[in-house]
Amino acid sequence: MSAIYILWLREVKRYTRSRAQIVASLANPLLYLLVLGFGLGPVFQRAGNGNYLQFVAPGVVGMAVLFSSIFSGLGILFDRQFGFLKETLVAPVSRLQIMIGRTLGGSTVACTQGLLIMLVCLIAGFRPVHYSAIPLALGFMILIAFLFAALGMAIGSGLQDMQGFQLIMNFLVMPIYFLSGALFPLKGLPVVLKYITRCDPLAYGIDGMRNVLLGSAYASFDPVHDCIILIVVGAVLLVFGAWRFSKIEA
Amino acid sequence: MIRVQNLVKTFGKLTAVNDVSFDVAAGEIFAFLGPNGAGKTTTIKMLTTLLRPTSGTIELDGLNPITHQNEARKRFGIVFQDPSLDSELTAWENMQIHSVLYGVPGKVWRHRAEELLKMFELWDRRNDQTKKFSGGMKRRLEIARGFLHTPRILFLDEPTLGLDPQSRNQLWNTVKKVNESEQVTVFLTTHYMDEADRVAHRIGVIDHGKLVTQGTPREIKDQTGTETLEDAFLKLTGNTIRDESANSADQLRQFAKMWQQNRR
Repeated sequence: MSAIYILWLREVKRYTRSRAQIVASLANPLLYLLVLGFGLGPVFQRAGNGNYLQFVAPGVVGMAVLFSSIFSGLGILFDRQFGFLKETLVAPVSRLQIMIGRTLGGSTVACTQGLLIMLVCLIAGFRPVHYSAIPLALGFMILIAFLFAALGMAIGSGLQDMQGFQLIMNFLVMPIYFLSGALFPLKGLPVVLKYITRCDPLAYGIDGMRNVLLGSAYASFDPVHDCIILIVVGAVLLVFGAWRFSKIEA
Repeated sequence: MIRVQNLVKTFGKLTAVNDVSFDVAAGEIFAFLGPNGAGKTTTIKMLTTLLRPTSGTIELDGLNPITHQNEARKRFGIVFQDPSLDSELTAWENMQIHSVLYGVPGKVWRHRAEELLKMFELWDRRNDQTKKFSGGMKRRLEIARGFLHTPRILFLDEPTLGLDPQSRNQLWNTVKKVNESEQVTVFLTTHYMDEADRVAHRIGVIDHGKLVTQGTPREIKDQTGTETLEDAFLKLTGNTIRDESANSADQLRQFAKMWQQNRR
């Protein structure tokens, strides 16, 4: 247990120490929130879909959680590059404990980022149906964070160098984000796009957040349904990530 | 303390370690020497549970590291060829993570970490992030960390690579001190023959995956009839340069060199 704790603490310390990185990682979601939120707002309103800032805020929170958690998982790659990975691989603790410690740490960081963005959204004018819905939204953030930290770990365990990193960014993370319905409603899409978005786990996380924060009018699925999908996919990815991690040779 | 018998490791067609056997006694400093790509690091990786041997047996302090992985891991410390510190954390925090991973109780490790950091002259810098450390300081911290859980064996894979003579001298003096005071067995690799000559009680020379000879530095020099260990080493392993993956162009260049020498 203490091994899990110390690896969790390591992730949190690294996060709180890199202030520049915190600011940088908040900048991207903020850009989406402010530029799209206010820029597309009038068009969205005219189309009869309501307030775009309200609609896009949970999506931008989801984005912050997605990026932060998947990066934490890919952090294995940096640890391999800078050598710390070996220190954990020869330690007398199981690989599963190392994996759990890292995933918990990464998820904690990701949810903190999500809550920071949520705060910014509230300042920018986002209004949930009730503030008591925020803890429920946090529940969805935790599920998203776990799922993508595990996915990042599974991918990061197989990557040998930094070149793979850009590839993952462009061909996995960005599509996951754009196809999640973070920026546009998932209702009334062309059939092909509709089925693709159904395969994107982030879609259920953001949909769940919209459901609890704004009510079912803004959402496409049932929140319980969202929750179950996230838990099942997250569990599968955790097992897969742990298996991939156990195969690493130093 | 370390017993290796008929150790073999193959990677596909390549045999990196070929039927190697040796013993290292408790409290001994054993230097494992060999040209680049001879199989030193592969052997260390097998000894430290990072690679599974293809065949052969290993015993560390009476334990088989393959079947009793975690118990074996508690008994040795290792300093890798490449750095393995978390550069965002302080020296003290790096020590803390290590002690928790190795299950050293809080009171014990704080006391021991203080002792070791003072011995390796890092105590004043304990609260600095290790990214601000020089190469020599990082190495010293890694070795101090390797000793933290009072291992029975310490593996050092080219610990002095890239360090100035002052740092190397100080590093070996401290390692020898701990070796004597705690009877820790030290298994090291290095390319600096003078270091091996000065520090090691016994030496094993590996080339092309095979153990060429072993004995005390004196024995090896007598055996080869040479003055220095460097000459003995060259005599045993030849003068050709080993690149870990020599291609056909390298071989051609090698051939051309030999031909030119013959002509002179």
